[in-house]
Parts: sequence; structure tokens; C-alpha cells
Amino acid sequence: MSDPVPVSLTVNGVEHQLEVEPRRLLVHALRDDLGLTGTHVGCDTSNCGACTVHLDGKPVKSCTIFAVQAEGAEVTTVEGLGTESQLHAVQEAFWNDHGLQCGYCTPGMMMAAAGLLAENADPSEAEVRHALEGNLCRCTGYHNIVKAVLDAAKTKGPTIGAQS
Amino acid sequence: MSATAETPHVGRSLRRKEDPRLITGRARYIDDIVLPGTLWAAIVRSPEAHATIVSIDGSAALARDGIHAFYTSEDMSDLGGPLPLAWAPPGVEVQNPEHWPLARGTVNHVGDPVAVVLGDDRYAVVDAAEDVIVEYDPLPAITDPEAALAGAPFVHESLGTNKVHEWSLAGGDLEAGFAEAEVTLERRIVNHRIAGAPIEPRGVLADYRAGAITLWTSTQVPHFVRLFTALLLGMSEERVRVIAPEVGGGFGAKLQVYGEEILSAWASRRTGRPVKWIETRTENMAVTHQGRDQIAQVKIGAKRDGTVTAFHVKILADLGAYNMLLTPLIPSLGAFVMGGCYKIPAVQTDITGVFTNKCPTDAIRGAGRPEATHMIELMMDQLAAELGIDRLELRRMNFIPPEDFPAAVATGVVYDSGNYAGSLDKLMEHVDMAEFRREQEELRAKGVHRGIGFSTYTEICGLAPSRITGPAGVGVGAGLWESAMVRVHNTGAVTVYTGTSPHGQGLETAFAQIVADKLGVDPQVVEVMHGDTATGPEGRGTYGSRSLANGGEAIARATDKVVAKAAKIVAHELEAAPEDIEVRGGKFSVKGSPDKGLTLAEVAGIAYIGAVPEGMEPGLEETMFNDPENFVFPFGAHACVVDVDADTGKVKVVRYVAVDDCGNPVNPMLIDGQVHGGIAFGIGQALYERIHYDEDGQLVTGTFVDYALPTAAELPSFETDRTVTPSPTNSMGVKGVGEAGTIAASAAVNNAVIDALRPLGVDFINMPLSPMRVWQAIEEAKG
Repeated sequence: MSDPVPVSLTVNGVEHQLEVEPRRLLVHALRDDLGLTGTHVGCDTSNCGACTVHLDGKPVKSCTIFAVQAEGAEVTTVEGLGTESQLHAVQEAFWNDHGLQCGYCTPGMMMAAAGLLAENADPSEAEVRHALEGNLCRCTGYHNIVKAVLDAAKTKGPTIGAQS
Repeated sequence: MSATAETPHVGRSLRRKEDPRLITGRARYIDDIVLPGTLWAAIVRSPEAHATIVSIDGSAALARDGIHAFYTSEDMSDLGGPLPLAWAPPGVEVQNPEHWPLARGTVNHVGDPVAVVLGDDRYAVVDAAEDVIVEYDPLPAITDPEAALAGAPFVHESLGTNKVHEWSLAGGDLEAGFAEAEVTLERRIVNHRIAGAPIEPRGVLADYRAGAITLWTSTQVPHFVRLFTALLLGMSEERVRVIAPEVGGGFGAKLQVYGEEILSAWASRRTGRPVKWIETRTENMAVTHQGRDQIAQVKIGAKRDGTVTAFHVKILADLGAYNMLLTPLIPSLGAFVMGGCYKIPAVQTDITGVFTNKCPTDAIRGAGRPEATHMIELMMDQLAAELGIDRLELRRMNFIPPEDFPAAVATGVVYDSGNYAGSLDKLMEHVDMAEFRREQEELRAKGVHRGIGFSTYTEICGLAPSRITGPAGVGVGAGLWESAMVRVHNTGAVTVYTGTSPHGQGLETAFAQIVADKLGVDPQVVEVMHGDTATGPEGRGTYGSRSLANGGEAIARATDKVVAKAAKIVAHELEAAPEDIEVRGGKFSVKGSPDKGLTLAEVAGIAYIGAVPEGMEPGLEETMFNDPENFVFPFGAHACVVDVDADTGKVKVVRYVAVDDCGNPVNPMLIDGQVHGGIAFGIGQALYERIHYDEDGQLVTGTFVDYALPTAAELPSFETDRTVTPSPTNSMGVKGVGEAGTIAASAAVNNAVIDALRPLGVDFINMPLSPMRVWQAIEEAKG
């Protein structure tokens, strides 16, 4: 164990100063230090994508970067994607299209989807499937997830992206 | 009293009540729950497949900052007994070696736990666990189930055998069936080992205080966990509360009483502090029970006209190192439906279980039934090819006809309802075979080998009734019924308690739809509570596609009791007869006078605040234990189209069409969702997934890097359709659908690959249909 070091980062629009071990993963800083438990951990090898958040607007797997690497960065988690009263188009579409079952992969899946739509407002089914390749779901067979992402693209058009 | 709502919610695709918390990141899974003063647990696990433990030294771990305790099995001598096997079939001898939360004396598979470290910090305990020095004296690793059966060396030396048990299910005259056959075909069918792999690994949080314990655990069966925690810790059952919080998928892998649950509870009692253990994926792949792993000699007999006369399956089941909750029972579940959708006069299944130095197997999505469907459906295709009969025609001529239902089959069970030709007809409305054959030829000219495969299935599910599943039947040491409690509050809002333990199926929504229709309220005011042994009646959990057919039926019938009492109250108020009261337009009213009636809120007001009729108890709440007469038997027909690259052996699923019949639909959207996920699970097994141990018993597929779950990029969108054949087993006419897709899919994929490869001279191939295996088969056929 080595001595904690300071790190400052902005998460969902709120600035935080943390003292963390240099080896502390961003996902654990978010979950255990900031109490943002919507971001999940499903593997040890960066395969499942349950931990996907946005770092400066781009989807990243927060189990694959250290908290200290997020120094000065803007992080958006599922809690910052939308709220219960004002859902993000991706959240609304996942709900409408039954794009989730157990819900465990869902936050990461939605963050990956929002990341795709921010770059490509009108993706084809093949593009959606390719973009979600790094996010595993065991419940849905991806059918309704893909449908939801395509529907979210239709409802929001080119302005879609994570609201941070 | 009739309870027909004018615009029923049952049958409609309501979006889920569960989802708002899940899509906003506000759900509470096991690792999201934090208690003050919690100690983190890290488990020291065996890197050896088979070894004697010579010594364990935890002193360096204990010397680290923030480490509070270190325990081995020696510290746990106060445990009431080993981990449970709940299957005790009458008249069957089952070898059952002791299996402890921490290994005693020997380790028997990679990942077997030998010690636990407790400390303040989740990272620090992992560091400390690495400082524990365990000296092992290696023993021979037994990994080949056929060699294991032949004799020494043994996984458990003291048993003097690797054979776990033998179990047979036979019906009809097998000898006569094969004597009558003009054609007999045999195949060796391998159904390889897979993982359940829910995306949320397991985890436990145990909190022992003042003689009582609360155990949060990511489980499908909180009541079973409570029972065995109480028994093993020597506690009275009411002092143990088990809570399944939000559970991130199960697929059977969380239908278990795990050592880590008992260990965490024990350690919390020992230390007087909450103890939390969260499984890593690497642990999950090594120690969370796995599934399938059968080698079968399969023999089918038929007349030249295609009439199947006999079917005989001899299964060697590699059960791994120990018996867990239901380990040796699982292959037997397939035996009941071994004859599939067909009228076969003689069907026999002989199962031999064998120990190896691998993770134990137990229930994984479908549990025995995917294996059974895989065998009969592969054999029907093989037989069709042998006889030169169209494979769909062969199926049709052997289907149990609709007029035979309820149909007693050779295996001794009674299929409740079915229309197999109907589902195949519906499937073929979506598949144009002439067009497919034209396409196939065109592609072949371009070097692409396209094939189509079919699978028709029926399955036995809705696990109950206790007369068959219980101790006097197949021998599960617990009757399988289901419970419900329906509580109408003062305001007419409703809380439903179910003994099932949903973990993604959408049952909070489906159950609310059922209750809402019967009570004339909006599903939004019906809250479904589950997964907490301190609330609601005793329950049996969620697995075996049982939750709707048993748990939903229990809820329906408990609600009927509420409606009956409400009718008496309303009849008293309106000076009518209770049998003349109906629920219409959100009101309890007299038939023919819908305007004059009472809402559920008004009835509840009388039940709790006003004056109930003389002699009636106040309150509006009912309990029901539902123990049905029979299982339910969903069925369907699936088609899969694949492209095989003959140069690389790579298989791609290009189209998948599924027609499923699960009786009356409660929420069609949820049914489709279950089918989609089930299909992906079956395709995953057929093409991508395999738990692989090398000859030394080392786990080669220990992470998601090596164990390939299908991603969105590998799969197509699925086409689904339905037929509706109500079940006579329950009042709603429903059947389960959680496993159906998985049960049908692997055979459809496998048959499609064989169809694609036939022109290349390959007429049979076993899963997993990895590029290497497919390429090898093509090369071998070239000679």
C-alpha cells in the first residue's frame, strides 16, 4: 500500500477533491469514495463494460483507469445522464423497448450508447452492434438494447449526448 | 363473483415498474450496500487442482496494517455440518463427500477455498491474502470423466470410486422398440461445460448482532439460504434474515447455498462485525457452479417409414469435485422430456455421475433440458438424413397430436397441453424453404456455406408440484410449491409478497398486472415485494421457469380470496348477494348496476376503519400456498440460419426465428425478452462458450478474455412469434418461458451447421462449434 495522493475531478458537474492510493481504480473512487454506485463492476479484465462512464465526453471503462489519471477531468456517470423526472433519450428508450432485464450491465451499456450517439446521430444497426461490442449483457441477447439505441437516435436527432 | 376488468392489463406489454431505479443508477445491488464497521473478506484459493494441504501460514497476512483476522477450517470446527446436497432420491445411492466452506485436508479443484483474510479495506485484504503461505502436496488431477469412471486415481480417495451415482428413467419396452426398428442410429453427443456468467458476480454482506444475523446475498433462493445458514450456524431460523437485494442476473448460478454465504455469516458472528465478500470475475469462473458437461451415447430406432420406435440415452455426467445443492439431480431433469415432442413408445435414460477435479456443476439455465432437447433434435435430423425423409416431415409424423393432450408419455410424466404441429406451421410461415435453398446454392457458388437448422422442443418446468419434486417423488428435500400474500392497505393501495425471487425477469410488473385486473386498480398502485425472508411467507425462489406458473398462480389465488372477502363487504353495503358482485370499471358493483359500486379504496376503508359485516374479521389481506397438480410444458419451434466459412471454420448466425408457446401471455414484451436472452444463451454455448480445463486440471478459461460470451456484434436481431395453447395446470393458463429459448437454441444452431457442411462431407459434429473444430471437421472429411 502506498501513500494517498490528492486528485481533483469533476463528476456529473460537481467538483471533488479526493485523497486516493495511486493504484485506486476510477470505478472504486466513484463507487466507494463518492457513493455513485450506479457504475458497476462485472469483470477483472475490461471485457464486460459494466463500468463504462464518460471521461471528457468519451466512453471509457472506469475499471481500466486509475482515479489519479482522471485528474482535472470531467466524468459523467449514469447518475449524471438523466434524472427520474428528466430521463435522457437513451434511458427513456431502454425503458420503452425493454432494453434491460437484471439491469446490471445497463448503466455501462447506456453510457456506451450515449457515447455512440454523440458521435454518430444516425447509426445503422451494424454500427450500433459494433459500438456496443465492448459491453456484455447476459439477459437480453442485445435485441432490445440495439432497438433502444436506434429508437433513441430517432427521438433525439443529432444533438444527443451525455448531459454533463 | 366474476372479476373481469373492462380493459385488462394482463396480455398487454406494459413497460416495467422495475426500470426507473435501474436506468437511473439508483438500484441497490449487493456491492452497493454499505454498513458501518464492515470488514472486507478475501479468500485464499487453491492454485492446485488436487492436493493435500500440508500447512497454512497466515502470520504475514495478519501482520499487515488493517488486517483483523485470518481463519482456516480449523477455526470453523463449530460449524453444524458440511454444505448441503438437497437431493436424496429414494433407492439411489449417492456418494457424497464432505464439502466445507473452507477446505479440510485436501483441495479438489482450482479455486477451492482454503483460508479467509478479514480487514478494513477491499484492496488491503487482497494484498494480505497474497501473503498467506499454503504448502500443497500435489495429488493426481482427474479431468477426463471416462477415465475417472474406469478406476483409480480417485478424486476422493476415501470413497474408493469416482462414481457419484446411477439413476435411470425408463418407460415402455425398449427391447421391443429396437427389435421393431428397421433402422438404428447411434451417435456420441457431447454437451460441454459452460458458465452461467451473470454480469454481476456473487457477493455477500453478513451482519451479526445480538444473536441475530442479516445476510444480504446475491441469490435466487433466499429462503433456502436462510434455512441452511440457520442449520449450519446452529441458530434458530427466525434469528436469520436473508435478503436478496437487486440481483444482477442468475441463470441458475445463484440457485445455490454457497460456502461464501456460510463463511461470511460465520465470520461476522466470530468477529462481531459486518463482513462483506464480493466475488471477482476470476473467482466466479473458477468457483461459481457450472453447468452441462455430459457425454452421451444416444441411440434411436425407427421404421423405414419414419416412425420412431425407441430412444435410449446413456449419459456420463461430469459433476466436478463435489455435490452441491442439486448437482447429481440436474441431468435427471432432462430425462423426463427425453422423448421431446414425439410419440415414442419406449424411452430410457441412464445417467452415471462422476467426480473430477473441476468446479462442481449444478443448475444452469435449462438444467438438463437443453441437453435432452439437443440430443433428440440432433438425432431426428440424423435419422431424417439416414431415411431420406424431409426432417420437418419426419418431425411432423412423430409429433404427439393435439388431440392426445393431456398426454402421458413413456417417461411417466403427463404433458399438460401442446400443439407441436401448430408451432412448426407458424414457424414455416416465416421461413420460405424454396427461397432459402435458392439462396443457399447461390452462396455456395461464391464459397459461402449456408445452412438452416430446426429444433422443436417441449420442456418440463414451473418447478413444483411437491408430490413429484419432493422427498417422496424424485427426492428433492423440499416440496416445491409457491406462496403469496396480498395485502390491501387502508387507501386501496396493494402490496404483494411473493416467495419467488425475481432477478431481472420483470415479475414485479407481470405480477402487478395480474393483481390489478382482479382488484380493478392500476398496476402502478400494486407493489411487489420479494427476496426478503423477514417479509411475507416462506418461499422457494426463482428458477426452473417456475415463478409465473407457481408464484403468479399463488398471487392470483390469494387475490381471488381478497376479492371474495371484498365482495362480501360490498354485498353487505349494497344489500346484494356476494355472488352477484363483480369488478367492473374499477369498482366492485352489482352485476347490471355498474354505476353503484365501491372502489377498492372504499372497500378497504370499510375493512380497516368502518364496520365489516358481523362475524367477519377486519382487514383485507390473504395468503396462499399454491401446490399445483402438475408441471407445465411450454413448447415451440425454432429455425436458425448460419454461414460457415470453410477456410476458417468460422460460423456466423445470420438469421434466427423462434415460435414459442408459453400459454396465455401476461406481458408479451417480457416473454419476447426472455426468449431473446435464452436464444443468445444457447447460441453462446453452441458457438463461443466453453469452460475448459487442461489435463492438469488448470482452468484455461478463467476470465472473460478466454471465456467468450457473445457480444452484440456476433448476434443478429431475432424474429419471434407465438402460438397460444393455455395450460390446464393453473387458473391463468400460463407456462414458464425463462429457459425456453436456451432449451431450443443449441440444437437449432448445431443442426444448421451440419446442414451447411453436408455438401463438404460432414454429416455430424459436436459443440462447441468453434472455428478450429469446424475447420478440422471439414479437413477430416476431405480425407
